[in-house]
Amino acid sequence: MSDETVTAPAEARAYSKPLPTPTPTSQPFWDAAKEHRLIIQRSRRTGRRVFYPRLVSPYGPDDELEWVEASGRGIVYSFTVARRPTAPQWGEECPYVIAIVELEEGGHLTTNIVECDPDTVRIGMPVTVVFDDVTPEVTLVKFKPAFSA
Amino acid sequence: MTVRGKAAIVGIGEFKPSRYTQGATTLGMLAQVARDAIADAGLEMSEVDGLITEGFAEAPFMAPSTVVEYLGMKAAFAEVVDLGGATGAGMVSRAAAAIAAGFCETVVCVTAARREQPTTPGPKRSATTGWAGRRTDRTPYSEFEEPYGAVGANMGYAMIAQRYMYEYSVRPEQLAQIAVAQRYNACHNPDAMFFGQPITIEDVLNSPVVVDPLHLLEIVMPVAGAAALVITSARKAKKAKQPPVYILGAGEQTTHRSITYAPSLTNTAIKASADLAFKMSGVRRRDIDIASLYDCYTITVLLTLEDAGFCKKGEGGAFVDEHNLQFNGDFPLNPHGGQLSFGQAGLAGGMSHVTEAARQLMGRAQGRQVKKPRFAFVNGNGGIMSEQVSLVLGRENSP
Repeated sequence: MSDETVTAPAEARAYSKPLPTPTPTSQPFWDAAKEHRLIIQRSRRTGRRVFYPRLVSPYGPDDELEWVEASGRGIVYSFTVARRPTAPQWGEECPYVIAIVELEEGGHLTTNIVECDPDTVRIGMPVTVVFDDVTPEVTLVKFKPAFSA
Repeated sequence: MTVRGKAAIVGIGEFKPSRYTQGATTLGMLAQVARDAIADAGLEMSEVDGLITEGFAEAPFMAPSTVVEYLGMKAAFAEVVDLGGATGAGMVSRAAAAIAAGFCETVVCVTAARREQPTTPGPKRSATTGWAGRRTDRTPYSEFEEPYGAVGANMGYAMIAQRYMYEYSVRPEQLAQIAVAQRYNACHNPDAMFFGQPITIEDVLNSPVVVDPLHLLEIVMPVAGAAALVITSARKAKKAKQPPVYILGAGEQTTHRSITYAPSLTNTAIKASADLAFKMSGVRRRDIDIASLYDCYTITVLLTLEDAGFCKKGEGGAFVDEHNLQFNGDFPLNPHGGQLSFGQAGLAGGMSHVTEAARQLMGRAQGRQVKKPRFAFVNGNGGIMSEQVSLVLGRENSP
């Protein structure tokens, strides 16, 4: 018992990178991620996917947004390999890949491409979602190549 | 009604950029550079009835009244402009609009950036702008981007460059040439940060890659500095001490903040802002003698050459090959050295594109003077190709 109470805060401290602060609007996204599911908002009027989560649709005042499951498949729309850290907390991680992924259903999100050699990442490369449980509370949505090289 | 020919730049203030300003306050720098610009215009403070400032950390609220009070002004028009790197150009269009609308007659526009020497080594961001890990904002970017290390501008422009190379084509040497030509210009500008330090294409391509595909020498260097302009009505400009530089056209377009949600990575809002500025001015692209294009990165210049209409989409690389971009060449680009070689003093970096265009049109650019220029095109770019402001400036108030 005493071991547990000591270990948990130490693990939380070990993750030093910035964490998301969910809003009431975005909470369903982060709750789903924690369950290793990817959900995204869909415009009722146009059927188009909307990311990041919003209270108001960008497709008109008569539109509403609803949460739907996403396949977790997409392609690399663009990316860069950070050879120098983009922020101090990433100091030990170079090189790492920051990318915009285009989801199969539509919608762009910024993420990391992981579980691969950064030099093998290409625009148009098929990727699939992976869930990174960075803390007991927070799971980040990352992607890996759909086909191993 | 448009602002065409209604107002003119008649005074310039600008600090020589420096690496650090130990102990300086932004407010003090704003006041000093405003005073310099007003003195340059040959005016008294009592003749200036408008103030446009940037927002600055020391005055998170009511920045305009803070500066007005410090300067002892009575402002009939006082506001803050918040368009990232396009702020300087945006101040000019707003000053012209305020003057044309009759709110005021003479506006001073001020920008400044102080910079303390870091006490510990390693990458960091100033406490004034905030960075990942510091909850200075609660936005979609702190929630959905910073946790992935998507922090700062480098990675955004890198993704633009990668996508451009995928959709179109540009050789690394062509992008490097932009930095080399601007460095040549800086070597004729004693105020430039990199005066006396010429570079070659090989130097650019041999400099370390920071974020693929951007080399260190394609990335702007942050410095400290300040820049200000005095803008007055066409009526008052006729009697000005300096040759007036008229605002003939202005256009603006903002579409996104984060590059993740940009409508396109490669076809930018510059097309809309530049088209409006040119249409308003009546000036044709081929009549432009000086291009003063925001250059936080080499790729920014390439996209601006295309989207502002100086060449077709996808032909920016060929344009760089076919033209001499030096101040004494056939397409003078950023004669002061651009921010890449002059230095980027916060929002004063973006303002330097306006001060240089004005200085050139006034015939005051000394060792880097473009021969008898009549018209200049200025583009300001904020964020990650987020905010665009285009200006057409001229020596005459109707082309």
